[in-house]
Amino acid sequence: MTIDEKQEEIISEFEFLEDWLDKYQQIIDKGISNKGVEEKYKTDEHLIEGCQSKVWVYAEYKDGKVYYQGESNTDIAGGIVSMLVEILSGHTPDEILDAELYFIDRIGLKEHLSPTRSNGMLSMVKQMRMYAVAFKTKYEE
Amino acid sequence: MAIDIQKIRSDFPILERKIYNKPLVYFDNAATTQKPQCVVNTIVNNYYNCNANIHRGVHFLSQQSTEAHENARKTVQNFIGAKNSNEIIFTRGTTEAINLVAHSFGISQCNDGDEIIVTQMEHHSNIVPWQLLQQIKDIKLRVIPFDEKGVLQIDQLEKLINKKTKLIAVTHVSNALGTVNPIEKIIKIAHSQDIPVLVDGAQSAPHTPINVQDLDVDFYAFSGHKVYGPTGIGVLYGKEKWLEKIPPYQGGGEMIQNVSFEKTTFNELPFKFEAGTPDYIGSTALAAALNYVSEIGMQNIADYEHELLRYATDKLTQIDGLRIIGESPQKSGLISFLVGQIHPYDMGTILDKLGIAVRTGHHCAEPVMKAFNIDGTIRASFAIYNTKEEIDILASGIERAAKMFRK
Repeated sequence: MTIDEKQEEIISEFEFLEDWLDKYQQIIDKGISNKGVEEKYKTDEHLIEGCQSKVWVYAEYKDGKVYYQGESNTDIAGGIVSMLVEILSGHTPDEILDAELYFIDRIGLKEHLSPTRSNGMLSMVKQMRMYAVAFKTKYEE
Repeated sequence: MAIDIQKIRSDFPILERKIYNKPLVYFDNAATTQKPQCVVNTIVNNYYNCNANIHRGVHFLSQQSTEAHENARKTVQNFIGAKNSNEIIFTRGTTEAINLVAHSFGISQCNDGDEIIVTQMEHHSNIVPWQLLQQIKDIKLRVIPFDEKGVLQIDQLEKLINKKTKLIAVTHVSNALGTVNPIEKIIKIAHSQDIPVLVDGAQSAPHTPINVQDLDVDFYAFSGHKVYGPTGIGVLYGKEKWLEKIPPYQGGGEMIQNVSFEKTTFNELPFKFEAGTPDYIGSTALAAALNYVSEIGMQNIADYEHELLRYATDKLTQIDGLRIIGESPQKSGLISFLVGQIHPYDMGTILDKLGIAVRTGHHCAEPVMKAFNIDGTIRASFAIYNTKEEIDILASGIERAAKMFRK
């Protein structure tokens, strides 16, 4: 599936949830079932320090594609990072860097992209793109 | 005297707002309180009708503006029972007031090796200014600990005091735990050894009557915005003898008598500590706020908020898995709590979606969180316009949110 196909899939999961709490329940459930980050990578080096929630993001480069792992100590930030991982994992650095993450707006999470929000979604996206840039520089140029 | 809460609520336009289509339940009052119409009107009226820079103006508006600012100082003086209005210094808030003392008292009264005593439950703004002083003077910070209920272990104080103790700087009310500290006792103990005391009144001035002369406190600081006034204005009270003794904090206009490149002489109190154009609009709006609460009566406010605290404590402790952080028998109107393993951020986010504004996190008191071995709490803090019905909404909101997370 392309990045956009995956975004559409997530949007369709949220489409019929009109109530805010139902939307959050969906995010929380994703956070709870999130596979997380392998214990050995859950280090300060991979920590994105938001104001209140801790989020770890780790990535590996295999056969030209980037594979992410993400985890948080809060269920909501955990749900958000798991969606980002789901959408961006398994794609080339170029695909990741070219991706426009419109699902955030479409599922009503745009407010979380503001730099002042404490869950640090913006930092998560930035960090994931940084990995793509780094792998591209290291392996592809 | 019974107070008319509905009448009071109608004085605060923001309380009519809907948040995500739900009526706003505002329980973040320890961070800042909402403003009554009279405070907003004062700001608007002053800018529309009475705006001119104060002091030394020959023109009518300047004199009127100066009078309003100096009257505001007298209002503050009366509000906290100070002896003279020149003991009232306008600052940007509690933080600036403490920084002023840490700097001016610190550089003039402390020598290398001296000690300052604080408590384990200080807000960062009563820790960091002293650490900045440590970059100038080789002073030591000694800390009065609290017990598992969040009660200050006052018996430790006498052990911490020694010949090198220069100042005791304590919070009156903990913003993270709600604990009311026995500052009368602390001041008596300190004065018996000739040690001055600074009280951080950010969480007490809005909630209980304060009389600095009865307390015999040497410095008392509070913020305007937490007592229904505007942001950016606060107060440092200092006994005249101390304010005379310590040097200015910042230099500029207003605070000088004569300036030459060889020598500058400083203005008298309180102007010595008010460099630059003061927030004269803010000061008059603060006075409006203080008049507003004085009219309701600070004791009435204290009694009513206590009733809210009792009600909320009863209600919240019935919730499965909820534990209160800070169980001092002497508490102000705020409750810090956790529910099961739910992260405060998660709980706060869902409560927000229900229209309930609480604060989550470490509340700028990381040493408190460390003592309880937690990352943070959810804090509901009350003000004069809150109601028991709102506490019911909070309680059912917590129960509803709790069901959404993993246990």
